[in-house]
Amino acid sequence: MTPSMRRGLAVLAALALTAGCSGDGQGSGGGGTPGVTDTEILVGTHMPLTGPAAAGYSKIAPATRAYFDYVNANGGVHGRKITYKIMDDTYNPATTQQVVRELVLQDKVFAILNGLGTPTHSGVLDFLKTNRVPDLFVASGSRSWDQPDKYPGTFGFNPDYTVEGKILATHVKAAHADHKACFLGQDDDFGRDSLAGIEQILGPVAAKQSYVTSNPNVGPQMGALKQSGCQVVMLATVPGFTALAIGTAAKIGWRPQFVVSNVGADPATLTRSLGASAPLLEGLVATNYLPLATDDANPWIQLYRKVNSAHNGNAQLDNNVVYGMSVGYLFVQSLQAAGPDLTREKLIAAVEKGGFTGPGLAPLRFSPDDHSGYGGERLTRITGGKAVYFGTAYQTDEGDGPVQAYQAAPVAPPPNGIPAAS
Amino acid sequence: MERFLFLTFDGLSRGAVYAAFALALVLIWRAARIVNFAQGAMAVATAYAGYSVASATGSYWLGFAVAIVAGLLLGAAVERVVMRFVDHSSPLNGVVVALGLVLVIQAVLGMLYGNEYRPAAAPFSRSAFQVGGVALLSRFDLFVFAAVSAVVGLLGLLFTRTAVGLRMRAAAFAPDVSRLLGVPVAGMLTLGWALAAAVGSLAGLLVLPTELGLHPNAMDLVFVSSFTAAVVGGLDSAVGAVVGGLVVGLLLSFVSGYLGATVAPMAVLALLLVVLLGRPGGLFTRGRARAA
Amino acid sequence: MTGRTWLRHLAFLLPAAVAVLALTYLLPPFRTYQLATVGAYLCVTAGLTVLTGLNGQLSLGHGALMATGAYTLALTQNALAGRGQWTLLVSTAAAVVVTTAVGAVIGCAAARLRGPYLAGLTLAVAVVVPSVTSTFESVFNSDQGLSVALDPPPLALGATFPYERWQAWLSWAGALLTLFLLANLVRGRFGRNLRAVRDDEAAARLAGISVARTQVSAFVVSAACAGLGGALFAVLAQSVSPGAFPLTLSLFLLMAVVIGGLGSLTGAVCGAVLLVALPAATHSLTDAVHVSPAVAQRLEGNLPLAVFGVVLIVVMLALPGGLASLGRTLRRERPDP
Repeated sequence: MTPSMRRGLAVLAALALTAGCSGDGQGSGGGGTPGVTDTEILVGTHMPLTGPAAAGYSKIAPATRAYFDYVNANGGVHGRKITYKIMDDTYNPATTQQVVRELVLQDKVFAILNGLGTPTHSGVLDFLKTNRVPDLFVASGSRSWDQPDKYPGTFGFNPDYTVEGKILATHVKAAHADHKACFLGQDDDFGRDSLAGIEQILGPVAAKQSYVTSNPNVGPQMGALKQSGCQVVMLATVPGFTALAIGTAAKIGWRPQFVVSNVGADPATLTRSLGASAPLLEGLVATNYLPLATDDANPWIQLYRKVNSAHNGNAQLDNNVVYGMSVGYLFVQSLQAAGPDLTREKLIAAVEKGGFTGPGLAPLRFSPDDHSGYGGERLTRITGGKAVYFGTAYQTDEGDGPVQAYQAAPVAPPPNGIPAAS
Repeated sequence: MERFLFLTFDGLSRGAVYAAFALALVLIWRAARIVNFAQGAMAVATAYAGYSVASATGSYWLGFAVAIVAGLLLGAAVERVVMRFVDHSSPLNGVVVALGLVLVIQAVLGMLYGNEYRPAAAPFSRSAFQVGGVALLSRFDLFVFAAVSAVVGLLGLLFTRTAVGLRMRAAAFAPDVSRLLGVPVAGMLTLGWALAAAVGSLAGLLVLPTELGLHPNAMDLVFVSSFTAAVVGGLDSAVGAVVGGLVVGLLLSFVSGYLGATVAPMAVLALLLVVLLGRPGGLFTRGRARAA
Repeated sequence: MTGRTWLRHLAFLLPAAVAVLALTYLLPPFRTYQLATVGAYLCVTAGLTVLTGLNGQLSLGHGALMATGAYTLALTQNALAGRGQWTLLVSTAAAVVVTTAVGAVIGCAAARLRGPYLAGLTLAVAVVVPSVTSTFESVFNSDQGLSVALDPPPLALGATFPYERWQAWLSWAGALLTLFLLANLVRGRFGRNLRAVRDDEAAARLAGISVARTQVSAFVVSAACAGLGGALFAVLAQSVSPGAFPLTLSLFLLMAVVIGGLGSLTGAVCGAVLLVALPAATHSLTDAVHVSPAVAQRLEGNLPLAVFGVVLIVVMLALPGGLASLGRTLRRERPDP
């Protein structure tokens, strides 16, 4: 082993040399705030771009970047252009650790924006806090992002799964009062929080089943729900498993009413994965809180379509693209509100001040003691292959607060599509 | 009882597709003494080719044929272009090259088709026949059973009744002696890879409609279940692959149905332990169980 | 084995330790963190190369063994939280002990199996992690995982001591200790037995070596290393979750030791470096490619993956003995003086 150990040393020395040479390159900007210079703001994110979890989600970050490119082409924010660095973490929390450290320590990003996933992002909360990096608009409906005392720099975006469960259940209670309601959910926080919200409104469901993403056969679960005589099936599923559950139900000759979480209900994704069986989606009830990609009359969709063709390679405009651009819009709003003399503290203060209005149909709840994102949703139903909104928007909280109608009128985008400095 | 019946038929139809893919693994093991970790990715690649043709022409069966032929070609190409040049003094070199191939294939598919699920079409209805309110088998399930039986039968004939089949077996088991006897060993190896990849493609076409759809990673989990099935049955036995596939399918269905989906992988591990501790070469291996 | 061997290995250990120490002061924080990650991986690859390279037993399940170590560390550390820096030593020891026990159980089963059957069994072990964490949710908290309560670096090192440097020290202390112990172990009778069993079981049996016992001990040693590596992994990530230990991790570990050079500790070092450097390098390489947004969308994430795969294949074809054999090959081609 002696010669081999000597070679081991040589390897170490070589590593030292290469690592030393590659250095850290970029320094921080003029004002002393990392990632900010007079002409640029560097922001990073982590997303699954490859691997099984990438389906659908891989379109979000490029859409956000496209919106930033649109803003940059129109002069940027306070004279600065936004650079968005997207890192692929394949939805593996260990990789998230690596790439977020690279973004923060190596690239010296100003903030982390819209990092995706509950298990992936919860692993970097402490690291981001220690390094005082603003951690804005996390892409997941977990309640973990709303802990202002513990994680003062972390803010959510999606309505949390409990809020959503309560709103879906309110619909079921009103429209299917005498029907037997059952539940199929992912075996993690998503399923658990969603069920908690549902049962708060409906009481115990008639039957509940769970699935794991590592076993793409929900035959046994759907069989059990059918046998229990369920008439309404509420799903807390990711898109692939929504399609699988609906397809499996049809296979065993069963057509219950499906009521699906926003996370797993993007009609474009579902239609694509069901292919010829897409008509099974008719009547599916879900929720959303952003303009629907198929609503051509909506001014926001018209704006996004323009951005999409100019800066996003004209990707198919689905709800993931709408989501990504809405995140970009909210981030630009926050930057505008933080003022020309940009620092991390000012950005966080600006978000906490709240009061943002934009594409959303429900209120953003940001305040010094609330870091959760959207506080409500509106119901959609798939009719003629397209999701359409019906009824009123609702707002509620993750506790035992009531589910109330939210009446504020929708806001139109500014004429140039870029939020004005406040 | 109803539940039991339902789960049994659910498990059998899942098991049949695992069996189909396990057959491809057995085939390549018999031809080249290698577990082809790239089998799943190769099957997905050919299924995408079939998908492209089917959506361009509107004919499922044309796409089906293209996928199978693409399997033959891809299998031969992988052997001729890559595997032939692998140093087989350590069996792991081939495994690592196969894993490298998986990454390349999945990346290329991701570039061409995007990381989204695409519908995998089924040629027959997937709605199950109902008996007394219990959903049993669908036409598609029957098609799967027929296809798997046909492949087992044809492979059996090929290896026991034809000269080519005998040469392939000889080339795999005793390459040096075969070479002396005038068997084109290299050619047989290429043929073995081509056949195995074609069976893999067929299995992919049978599996994909029952899962989430076409995706570069669509066969990852199928590979794990099918490899388990092949190991349970014994990697040298085609019948073993079928029995192993059905056993794994039934086990997954019963465990998910009665105990919950989360427990299933632990049940699979337990099955492997029980079978392999009793028969270290799988259920259907004769003789030198501890060889290889 | 003589005392001289120990001393000689020690003579190489010390400069290595000094080199790592120097690196932690020279490198910027992110590179230091990568260095720390190399150290954690190195524990695992060193153990795996002894098992697979020297004893001929294949394991596709080392990711699960790492998970065992990581979860043990997290649970022990959280139970002892706030009692001081020493708890880390206790929980690391616990991680090694528990993983060793699990390794012994798997090793007993593995000793009866060969080739693809062993691969099949260990593959099933690798994919069982999420199932265990979901079934025993109250302990392991399902997919969400656990966060690890860790103390800041000791105050004696100064108030502004960078956390990444502290992490690198911890992980390389573990890695160098592992290398040192393994180097001595494989030089001695244990190593000879391992190789004898790998090369010819019947001959080894005739020479009075217990084949089964040797194989089980190889698995146990290798599992202990994986447990330590997993524990360090948890320290670096400050959290554990099943998603961090997927099947691909187990496969990548195997790839690393084969590409590095099977059976040599140098190979294990090369492999560990590759595990960290190659994905990062391919990413920054492909990041430099500028194309239109439509093409960029297709390449994003996929191009690094493709480059990674091609590198694996090319290295394996060009250097079947792995990177560690590169020096040997070059030396052989040079005419003797």
